[in-house]
Amino acid sequence: MNIAVAEKQVTSGTRPLVTIRGVSKLFSNGTLAVRDVHLDLRGGEFVSLLGPSGCGKSTLLRMIAGLGEPTEGVIDWPTMTHDAQGRPERDLGFVFQDPTLMPWATTLANVMLPLTLKRVPPHEAEERAAVKLGLVGLKGFEKSYPRELSGGMKMRVSIARALVTQPKVLLMDEPFAALDEITRHKLNDDLLRLWAEAGFTAVFVTHSVFESVYLSQRIVVMAARPGRVMADFAVDAPYPRDDLFRTSAEYAHLCRVASQKLKEAIES
Amino acid sequence: MTVTSPATVLPHDGTDAVARPIIAVENRILGLPASAWPKILAPIAIGILALGFWEWAVWYHRIPHFVLPGPVLIGQTLVADWWTLSGSLWITLRITFAALMAAVIVGVALAIVFTQSKWLELSLFPYAVVLQVTPVVAIAPLIIIWTDNNVALSLLICAWIVAFFPILSNTIMGLNSADHNLRNLFELYGATRWQTLRYLRLPASLPYFLSGLKISAGLSLIGAVVAEFVAGAGGAGSGLAYRILESGYQLRIPRMFAALIMISVTGILLFLAATWVSHLFLRKWHESAVKREN
Repeated sequence: MNIAVAEKQVTSGTRPLVTIRGVSKLFSNGTLAVRDVHLDLRGGEFVSLLGPSGCGKSTLLRMIAGLGEPTEGVIDWPTMTHDAQGRPERDLGFVFQDPTLMPWATTLANVMLPLTLKRVPPHEAEERAAVKLGLVGLKGFEKSYPRELSGGMKMRVSIARALVTQPKVLLMDEPFAALDEITRHKLNDDLLRLWAEAGFTAVFVTHSVFESVYLSQRIVVMAARPGRVMADFAVDAPYPRDDLFRTSAEYAHLCRVASQKLKEAIES
Repeated sequence: MTVTSPATVLPHDGTDAVARPIIAVENRILGLPASAWPKILAPIAIGILALGFWEWAVWYHRIPHFVLPGPVLIGQTLVADWWTLSGSLWITLRITFAALMAAVIVGVALAIVFTQSKWLELSLFPYAVVLQVTPVVAIAPLIIIWTDNNVALSLLICAWIVAFFPILSNTIMGLNSADHNLRNLFELYGATRWQTLRYLRLPASLPYFLSGLKISAGLSLIGAVVAEFVAGAGGAGSGLAYRILESGYQLRIPRMFAALIMISVTGILLFLAATWVSHLFLRKWHESAVKREN
C-alpha cells in the first residue's frame, strides 16, 4: 500500500467500513453464484472486482448494496448504526451497468431522485443535484431528457445521481462496459478525480484488466463456477494517474501482473 | 416536432457529447409540421371525391330520399334539425364523458390496487374479464331494471362497463413494466410503497394508460349509443341513438344520416382529443413521440 492510501485511511480509522464474512449466494435455480467470500473494504480505498462473466462479481456487489441477502455469511457495516433487527444502515451509491435513468424525468430530476426519496426539501435537493451535475461536466444539461443525451453523458448522470447523497461507498457494476474507448478513458479520469475530491470508498466491478489497474489501489480477482475470490493484491502506483501513467512501462508491467493472476484464476 | 435540446455550448473535452442522438427538426406550415399536412389533406380529398360521387349517383339514378339521401340533403337536414339533434348530441356526450371519467377513475384505481396485492389481482381480475366479454346489449335490460328505470344512470353504467377494461388492463401492464434496475434503485434508497408508486410505477405506466385511454374514449361513445338503443327512452332526455331509432320509424332517412354523421364526427373528435392528450404527456420523453434522423 502506498502513501496516498495511508492518508485516505486516517479519516475513518483502522476499522473497515464493510466486512464480508463467509458470504455465499445460492440462487433458486441451483446456481452457486458466490462461494465463501471474505473481504474487508476500508474507508476511502478504490477496489476493483475483476473476473470473467459469471464469476459472481455483480452478485457480490448487489449483496453489498443490500439487493438480495446472502444465503450464508454476513455483510456488516461495523461503523454504522444498526436497526432493531441488527441490520446495518448502509450509506452507498450504486451505478448500474446501464445508466438506469427515468426517461420521463429531466437530467436534474433524475439526479435529485435519491434526495427526493429521502425527503430533502425540493429547493435544497435541486441545488445539490445541480452542483453534482456540474461536477460530472454536465452543466447546462439540467433540463435535457435522457433520450437527448449520448451514452457517456447518461452514465455521467447516473454517477452524479449515485454521488448526490455524498455516500461513504460508491458501488459500480461495469458502468463503462458499453462505451467507446475514448469516452471510457475520459470517464475513468473523471471518476478518479471525483474519488480524490470526495474520498468515498469505490468498489468497481469490471472484466477489463486495463481498467482495473488504471483505476484501483487494490484488485480482487474472482473466478467463475462457483464465484469465489482467487487473489487480492495491491496496485502500487501513485495517484494522480493520467495519460502519462496509461502509457508508462509501470502501467504495462502492472497490467501484465494482473493478467497473469486473472489467467491463473480462470485456469485453476 | 419540437426541439427540446438546450442551446448549450458543447464541451470539447473528449466527451461524447457530440454523439448525442439527433432529433429530427421539421419545417412548420401554418403551425403544423410539414409531414402532418398529407395526413390531413389526403383523407379530405378522398372524402370530397366520395361525397361528389355519392351526390352524383343519387341524382343520376334518381334514388328516393327514404332509401339513400344525397350528402347535400343530409347537410340541409343537419342544419334544419340542428336544435333537436344538438340537444340529443349533448345528452349522448354527457353520458360518454361521464362514462369515460368513471372508466379512468375506476380503471386506474383498480389497477393500482391490483398491482399492490397479488392476491387481489388473482381473485378479482377474472371478474373484470367477465364484465368485458359479456355483450353490453345482453346485460343492459338487467341494468335498467336494477337502476329502477333511471335511464341516464343505466346508460352511464353500460357505457362504463364497455369503456373501463382497456384502461384497467393497460394500466396494470404499465404499472408492472417499470425497469427492474430502477426498482432496485428505489429499494436501495429505502423508498416507501407510495414513493415507488408516485415516482416510478405511475410515470412508467403513463404510455400504457394513454393508449388505453385512446381505445376507451371511442368505446365509451359506442357504449353510450348501444345502451340507448336497448333502453330506448324517448322524450326530451333522449340521445342520438333514440333519434336514429325515431327517424327510422318515421322514415326520415336524411335525419337518420344526420344523426349518424354526428356520432361519427364525435367519435373522431374524441379519438383526436385522446391522441392530443397522449402527445402532450409523452412528447418530451417517450420514444413513440420522437422522430429521429438516423
